[in-house]
Amino acid sequence: MKKKILPRLTKLMSLSSAALLAGCTWDTLDPKGVVGAQEKSLILTSTYAMLLVVIPVCILTLLFAWQYRQSNTSAEYLPKWSHSNKIEVVIWAIPSLIILFLAVLTYQTCHSLDPYKPLEAEANVKPIHVDVVALDWKWLFIYPDEGIATVNQMAMPVNTPVDFRITSDSVMNSFFIPQLGTMIYAMAGMQTQLHLIANEAGDFQGESSNFSGKGFSDMRFRALAMPADQYSAWVEKVKASSEQLDSASYPKLAAPSEANPVEYFSHVDAGLFDAIVAKYNDGMVMDKSTGKMLHVQQSAMSDMNMKE
Amino acid sequence: MFGKLTLSAIPYDVPILVGTFIGAAIAGLAVVGLITYYGKWGYLWREWLTSVDHKRIGVMYIVVALVALFRGFADAIMMRSQLALAYAGNPGYLPPHHYDQIFSAHGTIMIFFMAMAFMQGLMNIVVPLQIGARDVAFPFVNTLSFWMTTISFLLVNVSLFIGEFSQCGWLAYPPLSEQQFSPGVGVDYYIWAVQLSGVGTLLTGVNFFATIVKMRAPGMTYMRMPVFTWTIFCTTVLIMVAFPILTVAMGLLGLDRYLGMHFFTNDGGGNQMLYLSVIWGWGHPEVYILVLPAFGAFSEITQTFSRKPLFGYKTMVYATASIMVLSLVVWVHHFFTMGAGPNVNAFFGIMTMIIAVPTGVKIFNWLFTMYKGRIEFHATMYWVIGFMITFSIGGMTGVMLAIPASDFVLHNSLFVIAHFHNVIIGGVYFGYVAAMNFWFPKSFGFKLNEAWGKRAFWCWFIGFYVAFMPLYVVGFEGMTRRMNHYDNPEWHPWLLIAEVGAVLIACGIVCQLTQLYVSIRDRNLAENRDLTGDPWNARTLEWSTSSPPPFYNFAILPEVHELDAFAHDKEAGIDTRRAGGDYQPIHMPKNTACGFLIGAFSFVLGFGAVWYIWWLAAVGLIGVIATVIARSADNDVDYYVPVSEVARIEQEHTHNLMAAQAAE
Repeated sequence: MKKKILPRLTKLMSLSSAALLAGCTWDTLDPKGVVGAQEKSLILTSTYAMLLVVIPVCILTLLFAWQYRQSNTSAEYLPKWSHSNKIEVVIWAIPSLIILFLAVLTYQTCHSLDPYKPLEAEANVKPIHVDVVALDWKWLFIYPDEGIATVNQMAMPVNTPVDFRITSDSVMNSFFIPQLGTMIYAMAGMQTQLHLIANEAGDFQGESSNFSGKGFSDMRFRALAMPADQYSAWVEKVKASSEQLDSASYPKLAAPSEANPVEYFSHVDAGLFDAIVAKYNDGMVMDKSTGKMLHVQQSAMSDMNMKE
Repeated sequence: MFGKLTLSAIPYDVPILVGTFIGAAIAGLAVVGLITYYGKWGYLWREWLTSVDHKRIGVMYIVVALVALFRGFADAIMMRSQLALAYAGNPGYLPPHHYDQIFSAHGTIMIFFMAMAFMQGLMNIVVPLQIGARDVAFPFVNTLSFWMTTISFLLVNVSLFIGEFSQCGWLAYPPLSEQQFSPGVGVDYYIWAVQLSGVGTLLTGVNFFATIVKMRAPGMTYMRMPVFTWTIFCTTVLIMVAFPILTVAMGLLGLDRYLGMHFFTNDGGGNQMLYLSVIWGWGHPEVYILVLPAFGAFSEITQTFSRKPLFGYKTMVYATASIMVLSLVVWVHHFFTMGAGPNVNAFFGIMTMIIAVPTGVKIFNWLFTMYKGRIEFHATMYWVIGFMITFSIGGMTGVMLAIPASDFVLHNSLFVIAHFHNVIIGGVYFGYVAAMNFWFPKSFGFKLNEAWGKRAFWCWFIGFYVAFMPLYVVGFEGMTRRMNHYDNPEWHPWLLIAEVGAVLIACGIVCQLTQLYVSIRDRNLAENRDLTGDPWNARTLEWSTSSPPPFYNFAILPEVHELDAFAHDKEAGIDTRRAGGDYQPIHMPKNTACGFLIGAFSFVLGFGAVWYIWWLAAVGLIGVIATVIARSADNDVDYYVPVSEVARIEQEHTHNLMAAQAAE
């Protein structure tokens, strides 16, 4: 009998969660990259572990309340009973054990899913670099290796790690592509890092997940994951744009705008990202690989519309 | 002359605000008219507004809390309606400028002026009675605390009709809240309201800490203190630790805004991450400041209506104390996604989930208090059982958020909104409402109507699930908080369901108001009167005196021999009140208008500073200082109640008591 219950329960659980998830795309529970997939499995594992105690507590609450109702005089009544060492041990032990399990899981996943940790990729796949700037109220993507930039749309080849450096030239925002996993804050004068990967092609919603003012709701972008050849074509398409982003045109872009359309820039000044970070740090920027503070070249700084 | 204040600051072009203003003005005029008609201004001033009696201050706090609930809920249902409408190109009816103020005001009001005021009201009404004291340690400070909270709430509401409120969320993260990005007066209203109410709360913390340490009845050792008092004790410690941090956070943000300093600005060496750390250094303990007293109330109610002592009193005390300590080392979990290293995140994540252990133990303790009891399904017990189930679910989603790698995808989403409403409605609010139903007869001498109490419970309970379970779902679908409009077809049906939930909760609030109305109407019916002072056959000292208690609480201070002193005395057949005993003159504080005046001048100071009307701010500041000096120089602050007066009041109660016993 006992042997049968467990598999049945497991089956029931998976059925119910399948029913729960059927037919809808719950973005964070429908991940398209390994980071998001691991986070999904972490959420499910921890939830199941906690349900082990939450479900019994809910059932016992209703059961005890009904069983010991005033009108049920046949139930045992112990008007003085208020202590039991055995019960005390059990009620401290059960939550402690579950939390111990979750603590180990937490420590492991904090390290394995650290957003600053580069992702492992298949041999001969080189990560691409994308520098992200949160502006009022749009996202600027700089591809330093290609020398191009886009607004509110980014692309990446599938199965290729993407190394993001993220900053803000305005208020605090948070860079988030729900179906790929981890978000991270974008803050002026600072560079945060994020490593994501798309293991399937697709057109994913990207958003700011930290309120940033009146244009916040439309501060969205599309993250396109595509096969390598299509990605190259996309890069060429951007390179064909007549717009260029330099220290003269940047302030116009950085000025507040709402529901900004997608924009392509065939050329972007090298060092624009560093200059944006540096303008809040007396012209200094930290080199993330060495940890050294470097002076940003004056040429990249000049003309940049300092807000103060 | 009028600083930034011009006629254009009056939003007469926003129909919603004009309507609200007319409604508020009519209601206000009606109240003023009724008071004048019945000639109650003198009574109101002498017996309530200038009262230093903790029981009356407690009642006034709860009145403020209920008004704040009304205002905060109005904001809530407007937000839900906006999100039900603003889909696929429809901009809804609230433009961002208005919508952003509403969600900022909703959070600010619900935490600072609904929950905090409710909590301070409960502690005022219950704690001195429960420890067998005649008043709090510093009665004047108590009225000052109340007025600081009240005028701050008034300041928030003034922002509705003069100027604007903050549009930066309830914690006003910089740099958005700095002058550069928020040049209006909204954030200044926020800073002054929070700062001034923080003064009141901090003083309450000091006051009740001193009261509990110094004024317990003879024989009431710490381990004989009722659990509710224990939870308030831990709460006061947390207030004293956490609120100064809030004062600093608001102070530094204010310096940035008013004097152009650079604590949290983007440039000039400011650091916005510092603000998050400081504000959550207050913000997380704050959650426990709110919920611990609710735990205390649930404990008192469960043992009373299970007709059985609380299971594991010591465990309960240690669990409460450990939650108090742990709550101070978890604040970083509010910004796991800010780029801290894996070890820092892991430490704060694990610390956070460790809190689930003592909290889980508490749930089990209530469970085993019901076990082998004789549970009376009084309306208050409905809230207890609803709480235990709802809070278990909220605790679970809280632990999910405590795991940093899970938080990486759930942070700032509607999942977070669903989680904290799950614990704040299901824990804090259910607890306070249960407490209000439980202690109401103690304050007024008659019981609240049970049928309407149960209806209110069902509306709130079901309404909560309908309103917030969909938000967990859209959180998983990647919907972030504070959005004004959206075009994702997956979210729309869930947000429509949530709107239905908000309407159900509105029904709950209507039921609560009806409950108050019906109870007051039927207050003189025999079955509603509480003549004995102990309507529930309860266990702790507050039930040993009359309902409502005489202003001096106890003619003769009770002596405590065991935990649950009153239950013990009842069993042993001891006359707790020692009626007809050898009364002594009772030393009591005199009422004073100083608390009201300092509050009023603080309001003037705050309003002047918000609008840069410096002469007005100076008037307010000088008024505050002058009142404090005048009060300090006043030696006529106390008096003795003569023995004859005490004997008269006590005889009257004895007479009532005997009549009630004879009727049984």
